[in-house]
Amino acid sequence: MLSIGIDSGSSTTKGVLFDGERIIEKVILPTGANPKRTMNEIYNTLKKDRDVYTVTTGYGRGLLEFSNKQVTEITCHGKGAAFLHQGIGAVIDIGGQDSKVILLDRDQNIKDFLMNDKCAAGTGRFVEVIMRILHQDLCDLDQYVVNASPVKISSMCTVFAESEVISLLAQDHSGDAIAKGVISSICDRTAIFAKRLPLEGTVFFSGGLAQFMAMRSELEGKLGLEVVTHELAQYVGAVGAAVIGFKKIK
Amino acid sequence: MDIKKDLPQIFEEFSEARRNGFIAAKAFKDQNRPMIGTFCTFMPQELPLAMGAATVSLCATSDETVGEAEKDLPRNLCPLIKSSYGFGKTDKCPYFFFSDMVVGETTCDGKKKMFELMGEYKPVHVMQLPNNPTTQEAHDMWKAEIIKLKEELETQFNTTIDDESVRKSINLKNRERQALKDFYALGKLNPPAISGGDILKVLYGSTFKFDREETILEVNALTAKVMQEYEAGQKLEKKPRILITGCPIGGVTEKVVKAIEDNGATVVFYENCMGAKAVEDLVDETTADVYDALAEKYLKIGCSCMSPNDNRFKLLDRAIGEYQVDAVVDVILQACHTYAIETMNVKRFVNDKKEIPYISVETDYSTSDIGQLNTRMAAFIEML
Repeated sequence: MLSIGIDSGSSTTKGVLFDGERIIEKVILPTGANPKRTMNEIYNTLKKDRDVYTVTTGYGRGLLEFSNKQVTEITCHGKGAAFLHQGIGAVIDIGGQDSKVILLDRDQNIKDFLMNDKCAAGTGRFVEVIMRILHQDLCDLDQYVVNASPVKISSMCTVFAESEVISLLAQDHSGDAIAKGVISSICDRTAIFAKRLPLEGTVFFSGGLAQFMAMRSELEGKLGLEVVTHELAQYVGAVGAAVIGFKKIK
Repeated sequence: MDIKKDLPQIFEEFSEARRNGFIAAKAFKDQNRPMIGTFCTFMPQELPLAMGAATVSLCATSDETVGEAEKDLPRNLCPLIKSSYGFGKTDKCPYFFFSDMVVGETTCDGKKKMFELMGEYKPVHVMQLPNNPTTQEAHDMWKAEIIKLKEELETQFNTTIDDESVRKSINLKNRERQALKDFYALGKLNPPAISGGDILKVLYGSTFKFDREETILEVNALTAKVMQEYEAGQKLEKKPRILITGCPIGGVTEKVVKAIEDNGATVVFYENCMGAKAVEDLVDETTADVYDALAEKYLKIGCSCMSPNDNRFKLLDRAIGEYQVDAVVDVILQACHTYAIETMNVKRFVNDKKEIPYISVETDYSTSDIGQLNTRMAAFIEML
């Protein structure tokens, strides 16, 4: 028997298939306006005719009728990160609409967590909006800012920052310097938020933004701790769900 | 008193007490007896009771009038203050309507400035509450404020309040406190006898009943019935045991209790104002001067507006042990600075001294954060 983990996030829905040792398949789709249909689509793609145990997580975790168990994204992110990178002390996840910090104990159990779910400031959505204003593809973020020196962005509200960016452009600041400024301000804010918990050891960085080297190194600098990630970092919630699911099978 | 009804029905009746209470309030008023509206547990209810008046809590718990309040008050203010003011302004709250006089205290900055504005709609008497409860000066000041309230009541209602009648109402309030204490002490049972939601219904509902003697009998009979059924085997499933502390909850903020209990835990103790905070300590009936006795009891209330606020930590310390608490949830109403800042010391105390998990959640009187509350509480409970 295999386990499926599905993480229904605000921007994207991620699913993985797990055999107890390795992630053997992964799928990612935009969540769109019908998260239930998206979850079903991912479930069907992964399941085929296999015998599976399914754990769902994320905001839409209660929507899939084939789900055997629902677990919150906090627990799944902690378990997923600990599976992908052994011996970490904490997880910082910057998602599409919230950010979270999870503290793990020596046994990689969740010891404490913080969640910022009040607004989109300092989340992936923020970068997305700014890159759209700059007419840049989000995927090219690393290349785009590689030689830039950051402009200071003072507003952290996604709505207000949008107008701030427009006026910075009007003052003839270059797009890459603005993008770098946005990265810097998000990392600043995330680090201050994260330090409310006693962080120690290696920090695992997950969520869509973790794939960008520019984000990682900036965060490392602000935290003063080693920041690691994994090619499956965007799937970490789904991985955690699948890991929890596999334990249930056993 | 013997109760023939089933427990769920009794709990529902308590939960509807606020809604039905205005009929009782009207009946009370029809006897030509005064009603005193209160905002806070610091208000010594013994005084109005001593002159045959009733007291009713005007602390509002819904966002119905927040919009109206925000025409006069800033948006980023505590929802309890905005809502209470809004109900006063719009006369939508029958209890406010029936109150002949409103008594407030200088607990927090938001409330004391709000009372200035509320005075335009209703006679408001504001008691000056000291901030440091440990000094003799604070005791003397609070005693003087209590005596001032007595004199104000005497003038307003053309009556006299003698020591003997205060002594009688101290005894009545003590018996009421004891009845409520015995009731919420059911939370010590493990496995639990009743849910935290039901405990709250009784604690909150009992404040909207006006025949105190009757309420005491009713609560005592309820406690006895729950015990009887528990001993006969009516037990709830064992779950992680949660203590709730922080800002007042009731009405819409019951969403926090629901989020905890829907996600696999049970609330066994409420440390906040609707719960044990003001009930746990009785007034000393042996003190020679009744006003010394009242001042001493009320200044011991462990509200975050006090500094230092050791009494909150003493109660938390005791309750975490006696109620076998597995984790603490601190509920903060948006923009309540004193409780929000105190979360730091409560977290340290709970995590480091008591070595159990702690979480604080900020909420308001809307229902828009129920999704996030559920995720947060579920994640917290998964951690236990």
